[in-house]
Amino acid sequence: MNINNIKKQFPIFNNKVHNNDLVYLDSANSSQKPQMVVDRIYDFYTKEFSNVGRSVHYLAVAATNLYENTRSMMQKYINAKDPNEIVFTKGATEAINLVANTFGQKFLREGDEILLTELEHHSNYVPWHYLRKLKGIKINFAEINNDGEITLESIEKSITPKTKMIAITHLSNVTGAILPIKEITSLAHSKNIPILIDGCQGAPHLKLDMQDIDCDFYAISCHKMYGPTGLGVLYAKKKWLDTLPPYQGGGGMIREVKKEGISFGDLPNKYEAGTMATAQVIAFGESIKFLNQIGIQNIEKHESELTKYGEEVLRKNNSVKLVGNPKNKGSVLSFTLDGIHAHDIATILDEDGVAIRAGHHCCQILHDKLGLSATARASLGVYNTKDDLDKLNESINKCKKIFDR
Amino acid sequence: MDLKDLYQEIILDHGKNPRNLRKTENFNKDAKGHNPLCGDKVHIFLKIDENKNISDISFEGSGCAISMASASIMTDLMKEKKEKEVKELVEDFLQMIKESPEMKTKIINENEKTKLMSLSGVKQYPMRVKCATLAWHTLTSAMNNSQEETNTEKFD
Repeated sequence: MNINNIKKQFPIFNNKVHNNDLVYLDSANSSQKPQMVVDRIYDFYTKEFSNVGRSVHYLAVAATNLYENTRSMMQKYINAKDPNEIVFTKGATEAINLVANTFGQKFLREGDEILLTELEHHSNYVPWHYLRKLKGIKINFAEINNDGEITLESIEKSITPKTKMIAITHLSNVTGAILPIKEITSLAHSKNIPILIDGCQGAPHLKLDMQDIDCDFYAISCHKMYGPTGLGVLYAKKKWLDTLPPYQGGGGMIREVKKEGISFGDLPNKYEAGTMATAQVIAFGESIKFLNQIGIQNIEKHESELTKYGEEVLRKNNSVKLVGNPKNKGSVLSFTLDGIHAHDIATILDEDGVAIRAGHHCCQILHDKLGLSATARASLGVYNTKDDLDKLNESINKCKKIFDR
Repeated sequence: MDLKDLYQEIILDHGKNPRNLRKTENFNKDAKGHNPLCGDKVHIFLKIDENKNISDISFEGSGCAISMASASIMTDLMKEKKEKEVKELVEDFLQMIKESPEMKTKIINENEKTKLMSLSGVKQYPMRVKCATLAWHTLTSAMNNSQEETNTEKFD
């Protein structure tokens, strides 16, 4: 894999930021888009546009085929058993809301418990919090260890006879910890508890095999996978999609509508009410092609080497403190600098064209636990290079110079 | 854009060694402010005497250099001011941060105005404006006895 060619596929890098080359280190927030994805959106709107699944004319049939083709591609990409186990949503947030809402409606009663972890992004906490209010359920949090990891033991300790769902992240967007999701799934199933994985940070970086992991639900954010915004994927085992009630009502998801009552459509339509993000779905097919062209194993290897290099460089820098030290770590480097707040770091780095994120990264519970109000975070994508990490380190040194005046 | 405009020495000085970072004993007004996007937090304490003068003002909190410096400089300037003067100063400061090239008020002297103007560098950094204004909005809440926490996302 020639990394220079990969960067060339991303038109954003032709632009300067404050007269500097862009060093994009915010891919955990959202990834940049390859030319083929951008072109696909343009081509769809200029040559092929129609709504899907409704009309019988030429364009409608073609668009429907393209839309369903992405579903099949995604099924293969994550090795789901059935294309109907792929539900398109407006994002991973909606995917988790869909599960919390429908599962909560049907199966949860007062006193039932949901098990999350202290690593969770707000999008895998707030949807469950609603059920706390609506149904009187309780939310428990499996605790992290000193390295910012969640172990199988930590989950096991937190399961109670009342645990009705386990919902955990695949890869922490702050500490980078990769959770042993296959082992946790097997543990959950041994106690008859379904499990949802928040795969926002897992899907862009790690090989996925739903049948091997065996989880019940897996939520994916497409804009973090070199795809368009406004799109997510919920993988759910067919038995759940058949059992759970519909999420939103509207056109496209019904079979028969009478004044007396309504019957709902089959999968996957049951969960895709209204006109979906059609162009995004079709363009996301190109993101999957892009990932397949490089090969997810090559991406994993490249990013893992870069992460190790980044850790090395930042560890040598005495004023940098890395947040978390997980043994199995994804491409996230969160850090603090002595005496300089994360937002000041981000502003100073930005001046050099170095884009990072600063704040609590939608993980206030984790930051409270760590006793930090904010951290700076550099996160990697397929287009990053060692040079990017060297520039990050140079800019960090510049922060110190400015603040030590 | 020049980072030295944003991080002037006076800001770094107040940011690193904030003045009045404590809790006023026997305060009779207070309010909390929060910038949810950054996590900046400030809690302002006021002691207002029977003549409606601020006899003491202090703050607790954590945040970036800009937000800490702003709270530090603001609390320094507000001591011994009358309630009415506080309102005028807050309005004038917010006006300056938003659009006005300078501060118009006659309540404070030129030297004090220069201190406040050191925060005007944020005008070039739209995402950082709320760091500079958090303490000021929170002071207004405290003066108005508002029970609701000031949230920068509610302001333009």
